[in-house]
Amino acid sequence: MNEPMDFLIWTRGTAFDIAVTIFVIGVILRLFEILALGRKQNLAEPKGSEFGPGMKTILTRSIPDLGTFRRQPLTVVAGYMFHIGLLVSLIMFVPHIELFRATFGFSWPGLPTPIVDAAAVLAIVGLLAALWHRIMNPVMRKITTWEDWLVWTLTFLPILTGYLAYHRMVNPYPVILGLHILSVEALMIAFPFTKLMHTFTVFLSRWYNGAMSGRRGVES
Amino acid sequence: MSEATLERGINALKEQIDAPVAAFFSSCVSCGMCAEACLFYTETGDPKYTPIYKLEPLRRVWESEYTLVGKIKKVLGLNKPVTDELLQEWQELLYDSCTLCARCSMICPVGNDIVYMVRKAREGMVASGNSPEGVQGAATRAVTIGSPMGVKLSALEAQIRHIEADSGLKIPMDVEGADYLALLSSMEIMNFPEYLEGLAKIFKQAGVSWTLCSTAFEATNSGIQIGSSDIARTLVQRIVDGAERLKVKNVISPECGHAYTAIRWEGPNLIGRRLPFRVIHILELLDELRAAGRIKTKDLETDCYTFHDPCSIARKGGIIEEPRRLMNMVTTNFVDMKEHGKMAWCCGGGGGVSSNEDADSLRIKAFKRKRDQIAETGADVLVTACANCRLVIEEGLEEYRIELPVVGLSELIADHLVVDEEPPETPE
Ligand code: SF4
Ligand code: SF4
Repeated sequence: MNEPMDFLIWTRGTAFDIAVTIFVIGVILRLFEILALGRKQNLAEPKGSEFGPGMKTILTRSIPDLGTFRRQPLTVVAGYMFHIGLLVSLIMFVPHIELFRATFGFSWPGLPTPIVDAAAVLAIVGLLAALWHRIMNPVMRKITTWEDWLVWTLTFLPILTGYLAYHRMVNPYPVILGLHILSVEALMIAFPFTKLMHTFTVFLSRWYNGAMSGRRGVES
Repeated sequence: MSEATLERGINALKEQIDAPVAAFFSSCVSCGMCAEACLFYTETGDPKYTPIYKLEPLRRVWESEYTLVGKIKKVLGLNKPVTDELLQEWQELLYDSCTLCARCSMICPVGNDIVYMVRKAREGMVASGNSPEGVQGAATRAVTIGSPMGVKLSALEAQIRHIEADSGLKIPMDVEGADYLALLSSMEIMNFPEYLEGLAKIFKQAGVSWTLCSTAFEATNSGIQIGSSDIARTLVQRIVDGAERLKVKNVISPECGHAYTAIRWEGPNLIGRRLPFRVIHILELLDELRAAGRIKTKDLETDCYTFHDPCSIARKGGIIEEPRRLMNMVTTNFVDMKEHGKMAWCCGGGGGVSSNEDADSLRIKAFKRKRDQIAETGADVLVTACANCRLVIEEGLEEYRIELPVVGLSELIADHLVVDEEPPETPE
């Protein structure tokens, strides 16, 4: 056994188990932390319902208001680029699906690799644009904390290493593949304790927003 | 009220945090889009006015009290504490530069209801003694005298005598068992008595049984603007008591936007029970009367009229189509501003900003947004439905030397009302 191979095996074995455990327990804990705070009963006579408008806002908030989009198009475009690119490379890449099938026992058809490859490039460009914007835009500079830089890095590394590994741009291959897996594990471990949680809590936030507005008869 | 201290402030903030607040802070990705929705940022370009940034004190309390990481940080002394200095610095951000207009809540891509949190953060500011003096004064007057502007019952009675003498209309006071109890805002009593006269005229024609109440005529609620549930509760209770005393089935919120929020949405939660009457905004009532054919208008204007949506009525109250239907009753040439209804821009004076002298120059700057929006329509007359918006807009227009009449929608309906010689009997 050579060292690169040992490293790869470790990232796929022990390290992976640890990361998944922290990820799952952490996410459940964080969601519990939020939901356990509850909400006071609202005694005001409702003008509309809560559930439907809440669900609707979960969908409609993905489309930006036109006036605001015109004021800050780069935020929206870069956001779309890397979210779509990331999602496609994550769940439509055949080796990822294979891993999923091996773990959970079911799978779905993937996309041809050139498309996934393009998606990865889209995500990389989107993330770089978002980074540049975060450095240049005064509003973002004002509200950015170290956590935002951390989260950006943790998101960027898996895509970058994945891209390098797929194109065999780094040798030996097991090292770069191992680094790819390791970077995903870092992402998973940090996930529950950082803004990465928005992946899940966005559904709560949008629902609450839509529901509270819906109750007052307003579409939000 | 008990003495204000930092500790009380932090405790008040702690109490305000619920699942939505925790979800919102957990979701914020620091994208900065909310700034683009807020007139205090767009008109000044100063990033400190970014809506989510205004919530830093509340965010810190949430992080260190309600998250695992925050608790660990606190134990290790790594957390950023909430201090008196911080709260002092944030007074400008939470009061002077926020009208509680809720536009940011409509924009945030992750769905954060930012205004919901600003309202909550103000509770901590009051409890820690960091609310602005102007708003404090208004709140104190509201509790002790009965009106934020210090308008006493005798002043209202004097106005009523004037109106009755001028118009020959009757303004009923303390009529037990009337269908509707009409509330007013001090500004309407003192600056725009046309509103009360308009009501009397419309209700007489439509045969609406209504009354004013001598112990509950003021609808505005400075407790909500300043962020003191204690004061807010006292003021809501006054209305509930008055309405119960007169056994009315409906209470009419005046045009004033935040009065509607106060009684309609916050009222029941403040007093801890459902209201024993229905709250209806005057525009909703006028629209009902229109639909029922009980009011008709004549001599429609041909000049170009536009409408400013008061935030509390439209975006926060869902009353968006009613004023448009009513506008079409008074003019044949109604144009909407580009961004209106739920995306309307605030006049810059809501949420207590207009009674806060510290905010005067900032408010005038922020008004540029509305000024430009109005100019874009090319309208000859601006109509609105909130005495506060109306005063703020009049002042803003004057500041920028723009001549444009500003009118209240209810009185405009009254002006164009078809009046029968013999008004019909009350159909209800
Ligand atoms: S728009 Fe929403 S997610 Fe973006 S910075 Fe503001 S609050 Fe945070
Ligand atoms: S509620 Fe209005 S004024 Fe306040 S932060 Fe949001 S957009 Fe700005």
